[in-house]
Amino acid sequence: MKEIKSDIGPIIQVKDLVKKFGSFVAVDHLTFEVNKGEIFGFLGANGAGKTTAIRMLCGLLEPTSGALQVAGFDGYHEREAIKRNIGYMSQKFSLYEDLTVYENFRLYAGIYGIPRKERIRKTDELLLKLKLEESRDKLVGGLPLGWKQKLAFSLALFHNPAVVFLDEPSGGVDPLTRRTFWDLIYEVAHQGVTIFVTTHYMDEAEYCNRVAIMSEGKIVALDTPAALKSYYKTDSMDGVFLKIARNKE
Amino acid sequence: MRTILYLLQKEFIQVFRNKSMLPIIFIMPLVQMLVLVFAATMELKKVDITVVDFDLSETSTRLTAKFEASSFFHLTRAQLSPTETDQLLLKGKANLVVTFPHGFEQDLKRNDQASLQVMVDAINGSAAELSNAYLQTVIASYNQKIRAQMLGVPKFTPPEQVNVIPAYWYNPELNFKFYMAPGVLVILVTIIGLFLSSLNLVREKEMGTIEQLNVTPIKKYHFIIGKMMPFLIIALLDLTFGLLVAKVVFGLPFRGNILTLYVFTSLYLFLIMSIGLFVSAISETQQQVLFVSFFFLIVFIIMSGLFTPVESMPVWAQRMDLINPIYYLIRIIRNVVLKGSGLLDMTSELLRLCGYGLLMFSLAVWRYRKTV
Repeated sequence: MKEIKSDIGPIIQVKDLVKKFGSFVAVDHLTFEVNKGEIFGFLGANGAGKTTAIRMLCGLLEPTSGALQVAGFDGYHEREAIKRNIGYMSQKFSLYEDLTVYENFRLYAGIYGIPRKERIRKTDELLLKLKLEESRDKLVGGLPLGWKQKLAFSLALFHNPAVVFLDEPSGGVDPLTRRTFWDLIYEVAHQGVTIFVTTHYMDEAEYCNRVAIMSEGKIVALDTPAALKSYYKTDSMDGVFLKIARNKE
Repeated sequence: MRTILYLLQKEFIQVFRNKSMLPIIFIMPLVQMLVLVFAATMELKKVDITVVDFDLSETSTRLTAKFEASSFFHLTRAQLSPTETDQLLLKGKANLVVTFPHGFEQDLKRNDQASLQVMVDAINGSAAELSNAYLQTVIASYNQKIRAQMLGVPKFTPPEQVNVIPAYWYNPELNFKFYMAPGVLVILVTIIGLFLSSLNLVREKEMGTIEQLNVTPIKKYHFIIGKMMPFLIIALLDLTFGLLVAKVVFGLPFRGNILTLYVFTSLYLFLIMSIGLFVSAISETQQQVLFVSFFFLIVFIIMSGLFTPVESMPVWAQRMDLINPIYYLIRIIRNVVLKGSGLLDMTSELLRLCGYGLLMFSLAVWRYRKTV
């Protein structure tokens, strides 16, 4: 399973990546790199092109032009190999609501070819950790949104991917639930998994190692939250974002 | 290969967890067999005939009695003016109006011939032709009889006649239900197979669950097969159920090998589901799938020979049936059930179904995109 090409520097390499829908340029010459084990944030208002970018990185969308490598595989010709090495959590909850928690785990483990024994061990372990043991045989559709998100996150990690892509993972839940969700993300990042996350919550940006701020398909700023804050002479990411927005006008 | 098993497991769980599924599976075949087979009959019965007799002679009364004696006609006598008879046809109260003019019998005796008027409501052309033909037969046989009476014993032996004794093979009693039932079974498996599988796929698009699958290294043909198999099995189950209903309710004979029937039906389902899944691969919503599938379904059914003989269609339309899956299965299933044809008797159909099925399956797999 773990067939990531060795001696790669950055785990994600993007150069001049463009995606056009007709004449509309959704993603406009993105260039960046993400290092192994990093929590990399993609920040921007709705419609800034975050989801389009993440979909290209996951192999769900073919780029119009530019170079793209994830886990050492090419984004044009090796999309299926990329898929073997990444986890993805979509913006819209997309597990099967008419299957139970356990049945969802079983299905995806089966698709990734995880052996039965390992699947059973890991499912039990994860459910215990997420405090979802009692919901094991409940239909996913009946769970609260916060639980569903944790579930989707664990499932994205089930096959030990090198990179996990999270597209607005904590949308629509209260700040406390969001906080516990980020605890999970930190834990995984500590184990060496690279996290690529998009968000429009500025407080979430503080949790990232590095953030890229997107506007109208372009990256307008890219650095650590601390560096960005000192550069724009403000004490919060909110301030950074506002200043960038103002500069544009 | 193991992936397919996991996918099948998932599909089956979902199908049987869906509460509307069991009624669809068991009530649909019952309704189709019990209603359609009885209702969709071409047999002409109880044609409404009105006799207007201005002659009121022995001859006209006798001939009227002949009409009445036939189970084919439902007869009414009336004394109506010509405008009133027009109204009768116009309002659809009679399919046929026979008028004996005044002096009908006299003419017959004096001039050796007499005319009567027959008016037929010909909106349904074939029914009109058939009832008129039936009426003519009754009149012709009456003619022979009165001629014999009037001329007495023939003075010379009548010329040789060719005597036809028909032998109706495969369906000796000309039971229309035996002809319709296999056809209705085809419609049944088509609807189950085509709609359930294609709607299921596009529903995953609508729900967004397909995105999570598309980001896995799942093979496209695994996914498509996973969408087919459960409904193939359900459709075959329904075929069995429908056949049993046909056997019990109207004693449909089954002359062929049941295995032959299942082989052909499976190949057919593989084909029709591939077409359906191809449609859902290019669609985004259930509405689009339904619209396109309905269009093809109706064209396919009407051209299939279910209701009207394919042989009487124009040649270009018959050629079009080469790509009509329903046409193939209706012919095959009638042959298997009523004639007892085997696989070897229909090798050309077998090969065509296989080839066509593989082609459509490849198209569906090719057109299904793991990208958005």
